[in-house]
Amino acid sequence: MTINMGPQHPATHGVLRIELELDGEIVVRATPFIGYLHRGVEKLAEIKTYHQALTLTDRLDYTSALSNNLAYCLACENLLGLEVPKRGQYLRVILAELQRIAAHLLWLGTHALDIGAMTVFFYTFREREYITDIIESVTGARLTPSFIRIGGLARDVPDEFEGMVRSFVKDFPRRVDEYETLLTKNIIWRRRTVKVSPLTREDALSYGVTGPVLRASGVNYDVRKAFPYSSYEDFDFEIPLGTGGDVFDRYDVRLREMRQSNRIIDQALSRLPGGPINARAPGYVAPPKEDVQKDMAALIRHFKLMEESFSAPRGEAYGAIESSKGELGFYLVSDGSNKPFRFRIRPPSFLNIGALPKMIVGSMIADVIAAIGSIDIVLGEIDR
Amino acid sequence: MTLAGITISDKAVKRLESQFAGFVTVEQAGNQTNAIVDKAKLRDALLFLKTEKDLAYTMLTDLFVVDYHPRDPRFEVVYLLTSWEMKDRVAMKVRIGDGERLPTVSDLWGAADWLEREAYDMFGVRFDNHPDLRRILMVEDFDGHPLRKDFPTEGLGFGKPIKIELEEEQR
Repeated sequence: MTINMGPQHPATHGVLRIELELDGEIVVRATPFIGYLHRGVEKLAEIKTYHQALTLTDRLDYTSALSNNLAYCLACENLLGLEVPKRGQYLRVILAELQRIAAHLLWLGTHALDIGAMTVFFYTFREREYITDIIESVTGARLTPSFIRIGGLARDVPDEFEGMVRSFVKDFPRRVDEYETLLTKNIIWRRRTVKVSPLTREDALSYGVTGPVLRASGVNYDVRKAFPYSSYEDFDFEIPLGTGGDVFDRYDVRLREMRQSNRIIDQALSRLPGGPINARAPGYVAPPKEDVQKDMAALIRHFKLMEESFSAPRGEAYGAIESSKGELGFYLVSDGSNKPFRFRIRPPSFLNIGALPKMIVGSMIADVIAAIGSIDIVLGEIDR
Repeated sequence: MTLAGITISDKAVKRLESQFAGFVTVEQAGNQTNAIVDKAKLRDALLFLKTEKDLAYTMLTDLFVVDYHPRDPRFEVVYLLTSWEMKDRVAMKVRIGDGERLPTVSDLWGAADWLEREAYDMFGVRFDNHPDLRRILMVEDFDGHPLRKDFPTEGLGFGKPIKIELEEEQR
């Protein structure tokens, strides 16, 4: 029997369609179909200037827009040869880690909801709301901030930022304990997740799977450790690993990862240096907003940068980060003009979902839901 | 100049150059060093990078195409490999013209299956022996390959009036 799952199905987290060939309740073959949310981001970016293309990145993985901004800005900075000052780097780390926790909380709530544990959703969204409030107070937007800019940040953080983040960091480990009391030893949760849809280490490497899914299969690869960016080498944190690569391991890895993110935020906040947030590169980086409102020259420079942008030197650059889903990379090719000649996005979810047939063939159809949830896909990023 | 963020090193490029002398050219693209490999040695070179013990580029991080229309050969296919053990990356390229085919690497990396399908969908680059070379993001009956430089951003037939035939008129 063939069953079409999706594209309108609440458990596919967007518009994913999977053609499932079944023998009774067992999946014999699975073919994912993607592209329902294709907007042509890579093509659109080629007619936008480097500054303008930043707004497109927010809309890839819309659960962690700041991480996407960061990856794109790193690629641009590699291309231009910019070095962001320490304060800017630390603030980027705090924002990216907050965003990772927010994305993991969204995943945990919806994943548990898919499997049938409704309460977790209300718990995780309470904390996620608090993070969104922090992001709103810093950037002015809740979902698509476009806040991390080429060469630094749009502006420095407000005074209340430190207090808000501190109270979150202090409170959060207790909250994770709360989620664990609901799920980790819950017999129904364990029956639905332990030894369900395992992915072997070899398959995970072959399919280019990254992020928590890869680490649940036991491969110690995290871009933050392997290729440190934005001063991650300054912080002390661990990379949680799984052994079996099943749905439970992916859950466990993400929960431990949230605790580690909390540690990173704590360290970055305590050691937050003073000084400028933006690289000293007037040709590339826009002047601070206060100057724009007072100084005629700054206003002209801001206008010219936003309108014409800058001409990037010829060359190629790759910038990658560990986003909440895995390795998110941007490969830029510049022909010397003010627009990217090629704007390649390496989306983690695209390659992670490619390994889905490997996980679910031979398992029960009800486990397909658990497997999709455990990969944590975002179709905005898969379809681009 | 060395930047902390640049993770693509020239270590593998040098090894490739000595191993496949005459088939590899080194190209400096801004702050990054790439290897350009002859099409005939593409699979050998990738296999070498993957299996050599001290290189161990076991992950195919990305595979994508850059269109340099109207230059000839028009396409550059970039293979971005990562060695998570050695903590190193390499960007290897192959140049092909319009209509030229490449051997598939989907038997070396499962990831190449979908990435090659995307390259075919967006640029029309075809891969020999690929198990299932269909469009992946665009609809099956889509006309053209949208990421080619000669494909208009607003789409084909933009601005032309759409002819609507009412059911009554058809009869």
